[in-house]
Amino acid sequence: MFGEFEAFLSILTFVPALGALVIAIFRFTARAEDQAQIDKNSRLVAWVATMVTLALSLILLFSFDRDTAGFQFVHEIEWLSQIGLGYRLGVDGISVLFVVLTAFLMPLCIMASGAIQKRVADYMIAFLLLETLVIGVFCALDLVVFYIFFEGGLIPMFIIIGVWGGQNRVYAAFKFFLYTLLGSVLMLVAMIYMFLQAGTTNITVLLEHDFAREAQMWMWLAFFASFAVKMPMWPVHTWLPDAHVQAPTAGSVILAGILLKMGGYGFLRFSLPMFPEASDYFAPLVFALSIIAIIYTSLVAFRQTDIKKLIAYSSVAHMGFVTMGLFAMNETGVQGAIFQMISHGFISGALFLCVGVIYDRMHTREIAFYGGLVHKMPVYAVIFGLFTMANVGLPGTSGFVGEIMTMVGAFQVSWWIATGAAVGVILSAMYMLTVYRNVVFGEITNPKLENISDLNRMEWAIFVPLIIMTLWLGISSTAVTDITAASVDNLITQYQAALPAAAQ
Amino acid sequence: MTADMLSQDLSLLIPELLLAGGAMALLMLGVFLKGEGTNKLVQWLTVALLAGAGLAALFLVSGEGQAFSGGFIFDGLARFSKLAIGLVAAIALLLAMPYLQAEKLGKIEYPVLMTLAVTGMFMMVSANDLISMYMGIELQSLALYVLAAFNRDSLRASEAGLKYFVLGALSSGLLLYGSSLVYGFTGATGFNEIAIAVQSGPSVGLVFGLVFVICGLAFKVSAAPFHMWTPDVYEGAPTPVTAFFATAPKMAAIVLMARVLIEPFGGMVEQWRDVIWVIAVLSMGLGAFGALTQTNIKRLMAYSSISNMGYALVAIASASQTGLWALLVYMILYMIGVVGSFGAILSMRTREGMVEQISDLAGIAQRNPGLGWSITALMFSIGGLPFMVGFFGKFFVVFAAVQADLMVLAVLAVLFSVVGAAYYLRVVKTVWFDEGEVEFVPAAVSVYWITRLAGLATVLLLPVIGWLVFRAYSVGLATL
Repeated sequence: MFGEFEAFLSILTFVPALGALVIAIFRFTARAEDQAQIDKNSRLVAWVATMVTLALSLILLFSFDRDTAGFQFVHEIEWLSQIGLGYRLGVDGISVLFVVLTAFLMPLCIMASGAIQKRVADYMIAFLLLETLVIGVFCALDLVVFYIFFEGGLIPMFIIIGVWGGQNRVYAAFKFFLYTLLGSVLMLVAMIYMFLQAGTTNITVLLEHDFAREAQMWMWLAFFASFAVKMPMWPVHTWLPDAHVQAPTAGSVILAGILLKMGGYGFLRFSLPMFPEASDYFAPLVFALSIIAIIYTSLVAFRQTDIKKLIAYSSVAHMGFVTMGLFAMNETGVQGAIFQMISHGFISGALFLCVGVIYDRMHTREIAFYGGLVHKMPVYAVIFGLFTMANVGLPGTSGFVGEIMTMVGAFQVSWWIATGAAVGVILSAMYMLTVYRNVVFGEITNPKLENISDLNRMEWAIFVPLIIMTLWLGISSTAVTDITAASVDNLITQYQAALPAAAQ
Repeated sequence: MTADMLSQDLSLLIPELLLAGGAMALLMLGVFLKGEGTNKLVQWLTVALLAGAGLAALFLVSGEGQAFSGGFIFDGLARFSKLAIGLVAAIALLLAMPYLQAEKLGKIEYPVLMTLAVTGMFMMVSANDLISMYMGIELQSLALYVLAAFNRDSLRASEAGLKYFVLGALSSGLLLYGSSLVYGFTGATGFNEIAIAVQSGPSVGLVFGLVFVICGLAFKVSAAPFHMWTPDVYEGAPTPVTAFFATAPKMAAIVLMARVLIEPFGGMVEQWRDVIWVIAVLSMGLGAFGALTQTNIKRLMAYSSISNMGYALVAIASASQTGLWALLVYMILYMIGVVGSFGAILSMRTREGMVEQISDLAGIAQRNPGLGWSITALMFSIGGLPFMVGFFGKFFVVFAAVQADLMVLAVLAVLFSVVGAAYYLRVVKTVWFDEGEVEFVPAAVSVYWITRLAGLATVLLLPVIGWLVFRAYSVGLATL
């Protein structure tokens, strides 16, 4: 119904930025004594802006044509056209779900930020800006536009971690920023090279362009440097635990739920379709790194004493499934990888919110501090339990579908890859169940926990949508795969077509 | 030379004539007009004169071509650069006015010296002969030496002026020596004639001379390893003078350097490219690493400018039309960032006087959000991080390098930009994450608005960046 309306996607992308602008204007024009009121209102403005974005993204999802593999809702504006750059946005089956995921998680993050009491207006501005930039990443159809959104997201996230983060926040913020920037600048050089080779930065055109094999290798490595850090893959994952532990709850949710997906999305949008020969050549490397990530980070997670750090390492392990599925390059693997990313967005987001619930009450994330929460917080225990199970990959939750699909996909390539991944599933059960037992079960030994209260209404409102999504996707996996099918089919067909052509 | 030809030649010289005549008139005005308001009057007239000269280059000079037997050239490059230099110099004077008044430095010589320096810069970007090149450089430099030591009661300012003068004289010597060698081996001082002589194959002596010329020019743009004067002079000179140093003279010198290397010595690209390559890498690296440990924000800006000149040299090293327009885009975006940043530095005034430590900015985003946000945007913009316009400066420079097949240089450039990001982030960190209680007195109107507008421009220019790129693009295409 809105398909004919050209600027729809741009409006969707920039509605949050508009909200940020509104808050900023109030922030700068108000007198000093009104700042408290501004802070209060900024929550409302942020919530409205994110809800409008969510509504728009749902309209996008429902008017999205599932049978078309190409880009839809394309919006083009002349911009730097004399040298071949342009402002182009559009979505296909691969990216549309990430847009919806982002729009879905953002209002929850705003709602979960009740504990933020200082500089609320700045906080909301940073989050809204971040939402625009992240949605922009998934919609961009031009290399430079993509890069601007991709890197631009670092700035609000840097501020979020650094201002509202924990004890060691400055270190974490710098590490996060510089680590990811270092990966990305190499990608920028590769993008410029692609631009010069193909004469355009239009992603739609570049998807059809055949790059020379030698060049593909270098460009693949440059893109890999960026996406592997963003993903993050072992051994360049070390920024993630720091960033997660120090970030405020909502920041962690966005980081795990959405920002990590930008790496996987990058592989899908650039590395696989544009450099098929290099992807094929480097696939064993990716498999090896994925398996190491799954097993190694699971073991590391097991030894953590900080709940957030544990979930952060678990995220790295789960992203290992994604890269494994992607580079299996068959229907099940790629579909599974996308599914895993979406499902991980809900589950890890929910887990960080679970940690946030007890952190807001006790101001510590030490596992040893807790124990016996089930006696005081039965509802919380159930919800945390559900997401623990989902993270482990219990059938009936979305976590299961993603893991099994990526493993089946990998099995078609080589059985030992799937075996390694399966070991990781067992390990994930080990650490998740241990932490769950230590925090929730047992007797209350810590007297400080005597007065801890169960979920309040706001927290209910945050968790219910996540529970629904996790269970719904667990039961009806076609809800995702139907949307992605056409584009993924197209991707794989083109990929396979490119390979034998090179072998001859 | 007939009167007809003379008037034709002079018509290309309108902006310079305006500036030179204006400088004399203002000097007379300042000497003979007594009274309280004279200073203010001369300052405002100079602002109008500087901006007017820039606009005259855009509107009043109708034709393009060479004058005085090829000694002077007016082309798209000169027009573009003069407009930029004139406007940025006017802004630098606007920034300086409240400072000069507060520090009791408000003498009429300041605007007059600035006008003379700008005249020199206009000559530099229009130089088409080794002699006129040298004339322009010296006119500019002599005025700048005095400006650096303008606060003559300050030990540090005097030291800065002296240091700048001694090292500047040395570099002028290098430049002259190089020029004499070039003259000796080509038999000409005009760029047109040198270009022809170079076509017939470069001799060792010519290469030797060119290297000296490059060294002299590298000093003027403060590129490593000729950067030693920069941090001390930037720190010691009065802040508005530093703001001026970091913008207009850099633009003039880098455009001159591009013209010298690409036009007369275009045939010797293979010879000079390696030299520029090394200077560019050294500047980027030294600037980036040197800035990491600075605590004084003016010194930080000094290292930042060394590093940024390295990027500008990357564009020159590509020796192409793309390189030329990338250079222009880069310099414009860089100057916007620098002007705004110095506006922010000039806003750092407490009841006791100016402060220059980065730590004085602690927590400013809370106490003075407008200033804090502007500094944040400007730092990110100078650092070349998206989504600030500064990103496009670095982007096109790297683009030019990749196009010229200078892959290693391109990769080094982006890697050093990450190191650079670290110190820009340090300022942002101080502004946002730290707690502090240094209270600044409200900034003067001009400083306030220049800082805010430059800060806003780093984001608001993004949609219309195409226009700027297009202007530079057509200049680049027309010049080579």
